[in-house]
Amino acid sequence: MQHSDNIGRIMGVGGNLVTVEFDLPVVQNEVAYVRLEEQGRHVGLKAEVIRVRGRYADVQVFEPTHGLCVGDKVAFTGELLSVELGPGLLGQVFDGLQNPLDAIAAEHGFFLARGSYYRPLDAQRRWDFTPCARPGERLRAGMPVGHVPEAIFRHAIMVPYGLKGWCTLVSLVEEGAYTIDEVVAVVLDEDRREHEIRLTQHWPVKIPITAYAERLRPTQPMTTKIRIIDTYNPVALGGVYCIPGPFGAGKTVLQQITSRHADVDVVVVAACGERAGEVVETIRTFPELEDPRTGRSLMERTIIICNTSSMPVASREASVYTAVTLAEHYRQMGLKVLLLADSTSRWAQALREMSGRLEEIPGEEAFPAYLESVVAAFYERGGVMRLHTGETGSVTIGGTVSPAGGNFEEPVTQATLKVVGAFLGLSRARSDARRYPAIDPLDSWSHYDGVVDPAQVAEARRLLAQGFEVKQMMQVVGDEGTSLEDYFLYLKAEFLDAVYLQQDAFDPVDGATDADRQRRVFGLVSEILAMDFTMQDKDAAKRFFLALTQTFLDFNRIPMDDEKFEDMERSIRTRCKEAARDA
Amino acid sequence: MHRIFHRIEQIAGNVIMVQADDVAYGELAEVSSPKNSSLAQVIRLERGRVYLQVFGGGRGVATNAKIRFLGHGVRMHFSDSLLGRIFTGGGLPRDKGPALTDALIEVAGPPVNPVKRVVPTRMVRTGIPMIDVFNTLVESQKLPIFSSAGEPYNLLLARIAMQAEVDVIVLAGMGLKHDDYLFFRDMLEEHGALSRAVLFIHTAADPTVECLLAPDIALAVAEAFALKGRRVLCLLTDMTNFCDALKEIANTMEQIPSTRGYPGDLYSQLASRYEKAVDFHGAGSLTVLTVTTMPGDDVTHPVPDNTGYITEGQFYLKGGRIEPFGSLSRLKQLVNDKTRKDHRTVMNVMIQLYAEAREAKEKQAMGFRMNAWDRKLLTYARLFETEMMDLSVNLPLEDALDRGWSILARSFDRQETAIPSALIEEFWPA
Repeated sequence: MQHSDNIGRIMGVGGNLVTVEFDLPVVQNEVAYVRLEEQGRHVGLKAEVIRVRGRYADVQVFEPTHGLCVGDKVAFTGELLSVELGPGLLGQVFDGLQNPLDAIAAEHGFFLARGSYYRPLDAQRRWDFTPCARPGERLRAGMPVGHVPEAIFRHAIMVPYGLKGWCTLVSLVEEGAYTIDEVVAVVLDEDRREHEIRLTQHWPVKIPITAYAERLRPTQPMTTKIRIIDTYNPVALGGVYCIPGPFGAGKTVLQQITSRHADVDVVVVAACGERAGEVVETIRTFPELEDPRTGRSLMERTIIICNTSSMPVASREASVYTAVTLAEHYRQMGLKVLLLADSTSRWAQALREMSGRLEEIPGEEAFPAYLESVVAAFYERGGVMRLHTGETGSVTIGGTVSPAGGNFEEPVTQATLKVVGAFLGLSRARSDARRYPAIDPLDSWSHYDGVVDPAQVAEARRLLAQGFEVKQMMQVVGDEGTSLEDYFLYLKAEFLDAVYLQQDAFDPVDGATDADRQRRVFGLVSEILAMDFTMQDKDAAKRFFLALTQTFLDFNRIPMDDEKFEDMERSIRTRCKEAARDA
Repeated sequence: MHRIFHRIEQIAGNVIMVQADDVAYGELAEVSSPKNSSLAQVIRLERGRVYLQVFGGGRGVATNAKIRFLGHGVRMHFSDSLLGRIFTGGGLPRDKGPALTDALIEVAGPPVNPVKRVVPTRMVRTGIPMIDVFNTLVESQKLPIFSSAGEPYNLLLARIAMQAEVDVIVLAGMGLKHDDYLFFRDMLEEHGALSRAVLFIHTAADPTVECLLAPDIALAVAEAFALKGRRVLCLLTDMTNFCDALKEIANTMEQIPSTRGYPGDLYSQLASRYEKAVDFHGAGSLTVLTVTTMPGDDVTHPVPDNTGYITEGQFYLKGGRIEPFGSLSRLKQLVNDKTRKDHRTVMNVMIQLYAEAREAKEKQAMGFRMNAWDRKLLTYARLFETEMMDLSVNLPLEDALDRGWSILARSFDRQETAIPSALIEEFWPA
């Protein structure tokens, strides 16, 4: 616990909200420690000032509060809630306040212990530092003075993000091995003040890192190897998207698949208020999975922020900010970072719980009135940036939303939809019908450019909508009341759905379709959809499409570099052409 | 050192307020009125004002009641002598056994560190084909039974408790009808399962606040058994009553309600209980099975809805049977490839055919003509419902799989089921 001269006294406790009387000035959102004696040891429970009224500050405590008494001491630190940024973050599992969970487990065993905080980075480890600037050089915040190797990347050691204006590099150490606390460079700022640069720096989580030249428009697609996303509802590098869905529709599975296959450098997983079992699966399986791009373990490019549903609710709120700040740090090195937040609804509920305790006037479904601006500000931290070095880096944010009752008309889904660039809505009907991924192809949308020709996609979308309309009609009027023309629309829509929009996540080939293959196969599918087939009755048409679907599904399981791929592609095309009229 | 205070300034519902100092948040106190006495817990501190929820209820509390603060939170005795005992929701003996006041453990302790959890691998055998075959229960799973009022959910729970191959059963009843309590007790006793069970029973007639304690005490005891290497099954019935008790206290405390009057932290409250389910690396495990009655049979009601987001699947109990559609064990694929090689195939094929049979039934109900295949499906549906789905069917997994093959063979020809030929050769009854 940090030493502090600014000591307040507890005046009230209700849940994790503690009211503190103070004498010296306090700062909104500064960190305070609530002192407590537990089983003979003195601990400080981390807390954050969230409201000041007169001489009383309301602080939210990031730990259970039982045992606190009126009159107990609270130490204000004057520092905003911050994380430590430096080499060694990759591959780690942190809680919402950046405590390394392995260190807690080593000390306390099975259970989390309140008031135990550990340094997120290893202070003993030495990193091989290579300088990349010269004394006398003019630098700005976020520009590198050198780098250290971390996993497959060069972790840039940068001028602190908070430094204003230009500065001059005064001194720089030689190439060599240094710990994170050793000074490697000194810079002189415009006011001629000296600043020491170490391998790490601190940054307040709720303030975006803005040490870049400019924001760019996200234009490049981020391939996820999931066809219904990349082709149909694409996500751009630096874009933001959301995945709402009722329970059991496969939100978390979709996030897990994305975290494996997405074409990015670093993945930050924020398990925010969800099941512990799911994050355990990620923790246990990622070290054994191979990153297809590098051949190294997937864990080496992953950071897990884990604040599961039974962990304290206030740090659940902090966890998404911790995650996005770590993501921004790696973006500053010119890397492509993907942040997956599961689930943003739990974070919104954490806001609601605190708002309720503060007795604020509630908005819709008791969510606070500032819900929308808070959600918007969070998603705005995604983006693609041109850095001062001329490189670009991006943070792509994908958040799941768990709407109450599976109804998308609720405040969190609506607030999120206003700010995202792509909406991947999961549907209960599709997951019940075992159509995976259960993203609704008609309701979902995206403003980003995908990997295939947009004109082709628009045509396929139109056909799908018509075909599904016919399908609905057929449930009322039966096969007999449907014209052959409409019946073909229905069969084509089902074919498109079965062979392209659905994907078998368990099959190594079908489960991950890269951009080249998507362009090629979607071209073939579009060709088939445009054909005018000659079958004279519905039974024959149905038989033809069932058989074609079966063949196509086998085709989906053949790797593109296999010699059978082209044969099969050719035979499918011939077979369709033979059954169709010449255009 | 016990501090005693006298002047109660406010009594509202089950919450009292007293002026006192040096009181800790979450601390217990004994509230003694001339006519009755009860335990109470501190739920809010406000300058000198201390709010307590009275476990025995506000009724009969006198303004001059003696309030003695005990200097600790809720605690419960823990040892093997708990086995075979029955307690109230507050942890006092309900049977004629002695009160246990030593070897105390903390109730509602800290959460498990996620990195100390392991991916579960062992199945819990229940002898109920609809669970074992189709939605296998896995050790350390947390799973609710969603059911409307009037369904035999307690019977199902009791059957699972008796048959599950676990070391210890901990049952918490919340708002239980007295008849149901006696039913549980007698059933466990008859089947000789009472000696490995501990019961914490809050009946509908008991004060509401005790309803909040029952699951916490039960889970604390269950967790302690699991830490000693036991495989524990914790049954909680009915969680909707627990949530209603939460609602009652929240409203008394003038908290702002979110949906349908439930407090905004309902999700966190439920999660902190359900997440006690765990498989400890190097110790035992704790499986949590609960009953959640759905008011108005509505799964979007806040209680089942929040529960569904927390638990690892759900069993729907409808019309006295576990519904094959909608019921889901999210963890089943972790174990059902290690049981028998035909398990997954039987599971998939029987459900797909039953789905088809249901369509045939609808067709029949609408008066369409039945073709030969439809008639086969109808036969199949009848056999499946009576010999497999019925709650009275009680078979080990292997026998249930054999029965599945027998039902298929009596309904269809061997090439009609789309089962891989190799399995047909091996398992199709002659």
